Amino acid sequence: MKYLCLVYGEEAKMATIPDAECAAWGEALDASGRYIAAEALQPVETAVTVRVRGGDISVTDGPFAETREQLAGFYLVEAEDLDEALSIASRIPPARIGSIEVRPIRDLAP
Amino acid sequence: MSTTPPPEESTPHGSSPGEVRRAVETIYREESRRVLATLIRILGDFELAEDALQEAFASAVEKWPEKGIPDNPRAWLVSAGRFRAIDRIRRRNRYDEKLTELKADDRAHGGGPAHTPALDGWEGVDPAEDQLRLIFTCCHPALPLNARVALTLREVCGLTTEEIARAFLVSSGTLAQRIVRAKRKIRDAGIPYEVPPQSQLAERLDGVLQVIYLVFNEGYSATFGESHIRSDLTGEAIRLGELLHDLLPDPEVKGLVSLMLLNESRLEARTTPEGDIVLLEDQDRSLWKEELITRGIALVEEALGSGRIGAYTLQAAISAVHAEAPSADATDWPQIVALYDLLLRLNASPVVRLNRAVAVAMRDGPEEGIRLIDELFGEGELADYHLAHAARAELCRRLERLAEARDSFGRALELAEQEPERRFLERRLRELEGRTG
Repeated sequence: MKYLCLVYGEEAKMATIPDAECAAWGEALDASGRYIAAEALQPVETAVTVRVRGGDISVTDGPFAETREQLAGFYLVEAEDLDEALSIASRIPPARIGSIEVRPIRDLAP
Repeated sequence: MSTTPPPEESTPHGSSPGEVRRAVETIYREESRRVLATLIRILGDFELAEDALQEAFASAVEKWPEKGIPDNPRAWLVSAGRFRAIDRIRRRNRYDEKLTELKADDRAHGGGPAHTPALDGWEGVDPAEDQLRLIFTCCHPALPLNARVALTLREVCGLTTEEIARAFLVSSGTLAQRIVRAKRKIRDAGIPYEVPPQSQLAERLDGVLQVIYLVFNEGYSATFGESHIRSDLTGEAIRLGELLHDLLPDPEVKGLVSLMLLNESRLEARTTPEGDIVLLEDQDRSLWKEELITRGIALVEEALGSGRIGAYTLQAAISAVHAEAPSADATDWPQIVALYDLLLRLNASPVVRLNRAVAVAMRDGPEEGIRLIDELFGEGELADYHLAHAARAELCRRLERLAEARDSFGRALELAEQEPERRFLERRLRELEGRTG
């Protein structure tokens, strides 16, 4: 099964984890055959939201959620089952300061 | 019934339909949960496995009177259930992945689906392993706690949805919905049907023990008055704990089963026939169930002997010291305090500190107990916990500090919610009102 691991954390704290550590970990995951895709995100202040209502496009600044934890990046992984996905998620470096939301991927109906 | 010698019941031509039906009922009681656990593994789907289980037993009722009860009824039922499930998938006319998988499995086992159930190697699988898998899946931490409890009682213990709903004071609809959502999550999130690997076992086992103890306490706290259905939960929790112990004899499993047995041994003595609370020190110890105490003590001794001592084991050990004491005064309070000291190292919770304070009061006198409870209050702990105020009140009463005792019982009464506890506190207050001080 495929799982999306969404990395959340306080941006100031997240900055304390060196990029090199995340890159090395991503490479190790790739070597294990479980890696599909992963990216880190720019800070939330760069976020823009698009909506289409009645044919009109609206573009707004944000969102700036009330919570202090922001989405900081993601890993898309292939795992045997939820336990393996959780085991992978627990080793994502920011897991020790932020939190990882693990979501199973759904196939679109044919 | 006494006219039929047992051997004839298992021969094809010697058993009447009534005898077969009774045999099927017995096998259902004894084997259905194990058959279900294996079917879930084979079919990989709770709903499909449950339907297959029902159909396998229906098939047994139909075929056994004619053909006799098979030598290995469980293997026969697993096999029958499996073929019924394949039929069902085929009837749905969806040759989906599932059927492909099952066919592949058949090829691996050297035979295609036949019209009649056949024994084809499923005997080789250890059914205990399947039951253990089922317990860990039902208690998976990815499920909400109340769903873990409901699913475990339904799938592992075989309680009906209605029974569980009554026991937890929710509607059948709510409970059924909770189970459906949990099964959906097991399927969609890919919660595995596996015993966790060694590296995760201790943590996951804690989760299972938590579910079992929650079931027990739900029944135990309900035994004040109201509902006998709810008090059956204590028995169910003990059976579940003993099953887990058979499958996985870990020291903390022993500790929990021991703790439950020892608490259960005092069930009758802890309330009056009117449903009023009787404190441990006032209980008629001849009402304590000797057989449960013996089993409880044997288990806690095994757990203590393992050298890997957890929180359930320590609580059971404390309970065992009480169980062995002829009276409250003759209790080995120094040992109880020492056990609480160990427990505090594993679980430094305010409630454990409160219980330790009460034990210290018994060992060193009420003043010392009051001092420790006030220390907790001073740290802002347990201010809203009725039992902390009730314990303080009790110690003040012993010291004849009656005004203080009244204040503390009054505070406890404001916070207490359960009717029997309120009646107990009101009674204490009335007793104090008749006195000066």
